Amino acid sequence: MKVLVPVKRVVDANVKVRVNADNTAVDTANLKMAINPFCEIAVEEAVRLKEAGVVSEIVVATVGPKAAQEQLRTAMALGADRGIHVETDDSYCALSIAKILNAIQTNEQAELIILGKQSIDGDNNQTGQMLAALAKLPQATFASEVSVADGAVSVTREIDGGLQTIKMPLPAVITADLRLNEPRYAKLPNIMKAKRKPLDTVSVDSLGVTLGEHQKVISVTPPAERQAGVMVGSVEELADKLKNEAKVI
Amino acid sequence: MTTLVIAEHDNQSLKADTAKVVACAQAIGADVDVLVVGANCAAAASEAAKLNGVSKVLVADASAYAHGLADNLGELISGIGADYSHILASASSLGKDVLPRVAALLDVAQLSEVVEVKSDDTFVRPVYAGNAMETVQSLDAKKVMTVRSSAFDAVASDGNAELVTLDTVIESQVSFESQSLTESERPELGNAAVIVSGGRALASSENFAILEALADKLGGALGASRAAVDAGFVPNDLQVGQTGKIVAPDLYIAVGISGAIQHLAGMKDSKVIVAINKDPEAPIFQVADYGLEADLFDAIPALTKLV
Ligand SMILES: Cc1cc2nc3c(=O)[nH]c(=O)nc-3n(C[C@H](O)[C@H](O)[C@H](O)COP(=O)(O)OP(=O)(O)OC[C@H]3O[C@@H](n4cnc5c(N)ncnc54)[C@H](O)[C@@H]3O)c2cc1C
Repeated sequence: MKVLVPVKRVVDANVKVRVNADNTAVDTANLKMAINPFCEIAVEEAVRLKEAGVVSEIVVATVGPKAAQEQLRTAMALGADRGIHVETDDSYCALSIAKILNAIQTNEQAELIILGKQSIDGDNNQTGQMLAALAKLPQATFASEVSVADGAVSVTREIDGGLQTIKMPLPAVITADLRLNEPRYAKLPNIMKAKRKPLDTVSVDSLGVTLGEHQKVISVTPPAERQAGVMVGSVEELADKLKNEAKVI
Repeated sequence: MTTLVIAEHDNQSLKADTAKVVACAQAIGADVDVLVVGANCAAAASEAAKLNGVSKVLVADASAYAHGLADNLGELISGIGADYSHILASASSLGKDVLPRVAALLDVAQLSEVVEVKSDDTFVRPVYAGNAMETVQSLDAKKVMTVRSSAFDAVASDGNAELVTLDTVIESQVSFESQSLTESERPELGNAAVIVSGGRALASSENFAILEALADKLGGALGASRAAVDAGFVPNDLQVGQTGKIVAPDLYIAVGISGAIQHLAGMKDSKVIVAINKDPEAPIFQVADYGLEADLFDAIPALTKLV
């Protein structure tokens, strides 16, 4: 069984970003970049399924600039077999990304597609669901447990009130939540090996998708600052402030 | 121009989120209809009909809709959506699951976690864990968006909308296996006026009892950091943060939580923030209105006695 894992290059989760001076974008120049943490979890899950003998091939794909190949190599160092890089300097909304991924899926015919539930830059949480809709596949978002058996996949999902388990026929789309697994660290020999794994570079045009313009960013501004607070000296002072100053208890 | 709001409910009753999403819909300025889709959901539908300013409540009541599965709901809503200029749902696990599917089927983009309405096509939403606010204009004919309910005040329940039954039944490709919902007498996180939240420092599930005692005394909800959930001290649905629940209570008490960017993203719009931490350098103090440098195992029982 083949698995397709789309991944995204994002600013590292530990970096606190700032808005640029003319309030048009977040300043990402010279920041540490990484594979989106949820995408990394998706790759890890695919690798575990391969180690369990359920999966035979893992294809990772990304849409992004030349440098996004680093993230494909990271995924291959974790255990993915080959990469597809849709090279573009344009930034696309989730719908356009989903259309590009759907074109890849049409070529690849993967039986399982695992994505991260959201990317930590746009915080959209849309791509997997949109891809599932375009490919007319069932979906299980926010997965914390996945098991494949007899042409079907059972997924436990983190939902608002607790956990839900559903079962889908394959092919299907899954989006990974934080607790699905803890990704391994790539070992040096695997990082070296990943450099020699096949990586195809294609253009958006060559995939034959037509993309529209759906959204325009008017401005990007810093969030409202909170007013500086005070340190209190004791539990008594805290209780007093909450009762008599803030009046919240 | 009419807006369709997807109701959030458990068939018996409407979740508080819905009245907040209706408030967002009213800010857009169009007429507002509400869709209640579920199984034996008449009670929830009649609650929805009372929401202020709602013209019609569409009710799709069928066993196929019992578990809120995304594929058939997506198809149902995109079909109904043909008649609407805006389609809104709360940024709940249901809204996030279903709405992108609806948008893709309608060939339009989606806006996630809208916190402010600038005009009928321009909206504000947080990106990068709330470290930047993006004002986005939608160029699509239809606007599909999830709404961060904590950013809107609920509308009153003084209306009397017309109920319209829909007969379309679409089956899901997915089968529901089981569900385990956290049982609690405490208010829901998204709806609580007070939240007492615990981090890794609590060190065990038993120790959370001291936070529960404080939460109960304040009539509040219990929350947690990712570290506390990952360690299994509390269930996943208590996680507050960028990738958990986004809350904005009157009072948020962060106990033994360091204040990582991803945690702050979920609670920094709370009205009053209290931080209790034994490390004076903990970043949580930078967003706290009242900070107390103390060992939580001394401070929390003492505070519980005083409130
Ligand atoms: C992609 C991604 C998404 C994430 N999403 C979320 C999210 O949604 N929500 C979230 O919370 N995190 C999230 N995180 C994790 C986040 O980065 C932090 O790791 C996490 O919030 C840390 O939890 P904590 O503050 O409980 O633990 P720690 O950072 O370990 O902090 C524990 C704190 O307790 C204090 N302490 C210890 N003992 C005591 C004591 N006896 N009395 C008082 N204070 C004490 C310490 O001084 C310390 O400040 C995410 C991370 C990533 C990469």
